[in-house]
Amino acid sequence: MDTIQMLYEALPKVAGYIYPNELELQWSVLIVLYPYITGLVAGAFILASLERVFNVTEVKPTYRLSLLVALAFLLVAPIPLNLHLGHPERGFEIFFTPNKTSAMAMFGFVYLWYLLAVLLLEIWLDYRKDIVLWSQCEPFWPKRMVYKLMTLGVSNISERSLSIDDKLGRAITVIGLPSAVLLHGYVGFIFGSVKANPWWSTPLMPVIFLFSAMASGIAGVLLIYMGLCKFRKVLIDIKCVDTIGKYLLSAIVVAFSLEMLELIQMAYEAEEHFDIITLLIEGRLFISMICIQILMGSVTPMLLLGSAQVFRFSEMTRKVIYGLSATLSLIGILAMRWNVVIGGQFFSKSLLGFTTYKLELIGREGALVGAAILVLPFLILAGLLYLLPPWDHCSPTAADRSSK
Amino acid sequence: MKNLNRRQFLKFASVTALAAALQTLVSPLAAAEKFFREPPWKGKKKYWGFAVDIDKCIGCGRCAKACKTENDVPKEPFFFRTWVERYILRRPAGLEVTSPNGGIDGYPALTSPETITKTFFVPKLCNLCDSPPCVQSCPVGATFKSEDGVVLVDRKWCVGCRYCIQACPYGVRYLHPVLHVADKCTLCYHRISRGLRPACVEVCPTGARMHGDLSDPNSPLSKLRDTSHYQTLKPHMGTRPNLVYLNMDQEVR
Repeated sequence: MDTIQMLYEALPKVAGYIYPNELELQWSVLIVLYPYITGLVAGAFILASLERVFNVTEVKPTYRLSLLVALAFLLVAPIPLNLHLGHPERGFEIFFTPNKTSAMAMFGFVYLWYLLAVLLLEIWLDYRKDIVLWSQCEPFWPKRMVYKLMTLGVSNISERSLSIDDKLGRAITVIGLPSAVLLHGYVGFIFGSVKANPWWSTPLMPVIFLFSAMASGIAGVLLIYMGLCKFRKVLIDIKCVDTIGKYLLSAIVVAFSLEMLELIQMAYEAEEHFDIITLLIEGRLFISMICIQILMGSVTPMLLLGSAQVFRFSEMTRKVIYGLSATLSLIGILAMRWNVVIGGQFFSKSLLGFTTYKLELIGREGALVGAAILVLPFLILAGLLYLLPPWDHCSPTAADRSSK
Repeated sequence: MKNLNRRQFLKFASVTALAAALQTLVSPLAAAEKFFREPPWKGKKKYWGFAVDIDKCIGCGRCAKACKTENDVPKEPFFFRTWVERYILRRPAGLEVTSPNGGIDGYPALTSPETITKTFFVPKLCNLCDSPPCVQSCPVGATFKSEDGVVLVDRKWCVGCRYCIQACPYGVRYLHPVLHVADKCTLCYHRISRGLRPACVEVCPTGARMHGDLSDPNSPLSKLRDTSHYQTLKPHMGTRPNLVYLNMDQEVR
């Protein structure tokens, strides 16, 4: 629907007084997806680094999968941003003429650093041996050619060379961990630094975003891992999911505590914006915040995951609990992003009224495009899993045979 | 002698280092002297400011209309470079603020006049901030502040990310629905740089709006600021606007 027509329809739904330019919500559902997707990237990478940096060996079955999940989502992360621009064709200016004082300007650089210097390099180093072997033993020739290209001309897989790979990979993960923290903490800062908006402007925003990102990334990888095991008809490594469950619980507890701390602080200080924030939470955000984000997306998974720690449930029950908790927290965190991004634009900066937002089905910023953006990382992931199966290792003997 | 020299040198070096460290520790105490910043127009040939006298505004809306005509602002009631708000305060308690179509078409008739204690009109426009959050936040530097103090948008550079609109505490920016770039009051830069008055000032029948050169201590605007009590909107934001309001009630947001 035409923007102007939409705005005319929205006009009667305004409550109280808003500045006249505020009727149009500036950042739509696409900007809700942007922090959600980058959060999944950061969370998945942090899960991967648990094994690599902190030697949590139980999560090893998800190590490579986490990296691929992070890559699949990272590739999609800039799409909603660029789609949202008034002039997408000028988007590259953010790289060429960045304004140093802008919180948003650095996104391009943080993104590129993370993609090129961390994720791609780490995946390549970790898979290098397999890529070299696959480039020799893969029977399907186009795929073999792709592997050949992916070796970048380096086919040395001697022990010494692999040990250098390993050391380098570890070093990159050590750099990658703060990079992942930076990537998503930075996304939080984009919102947290907007002093004009009291719902956003808090130094806690980057930390809240970070921990909810960890929760979403861990939950995402957990679900994908369990789903893939079902799909491949292999047993789920129960020790692995038990450990991931514990980390998921910790991340949700910290994220939830920070969110509540923020609200309690706001209520206690009760500054001039408190009245409108109360009305916002009790009104336009009641379902998405109180019901979905807090009760369904945070409290329920905490109770479920907590009970798995306290009681001795069977393996089957635990798996159901993990699957359910991960799903609920993923929905809850999507709702949290919605509540931050859309919620923060519902009330007027005059603090005297509310505007409205209707999510259209079609159009550049409609629900269908949003859904497509959410599905796209899974398609990319499927491609990555086909090309770089985390579970499949080409045996050197087979490679020898094929080379002979 | 050589040893002594070295000792002397070390003594001198350590005393200097200590003095420097002490100076660093003590220097913040002297910060109070720097509390009052130098005005942004110091050393500038021209620096534009603006003043609104709320007591003089009659809410005719001619300013908002003239602005739309002069600057090709979309006619729909959701895009404004300037608008006029009507405030009604009632007894025992109650605040009503309205600005239908920016005040261009007038305001709804007053109801229950016996409960009204105060009414007044407040014209809004770009606050001409010393530290504009819109300029700070623009990722590509398309929004900038001119040498003479006006915040402008380069329409050929703006990517339309809307971050500046989010960053402006005063809600004076919008995304142009046709050009898809951020748009805002330019103080009619094309007019003031030719010695003309901004369209809104030109058509104001009561002289409620006044623009002028703050770098000239004898300009009418500087004189007005020297001799009247004025306020700015949302001073806690630290934006230090050069749009000042005379006779402003504390209810104005």
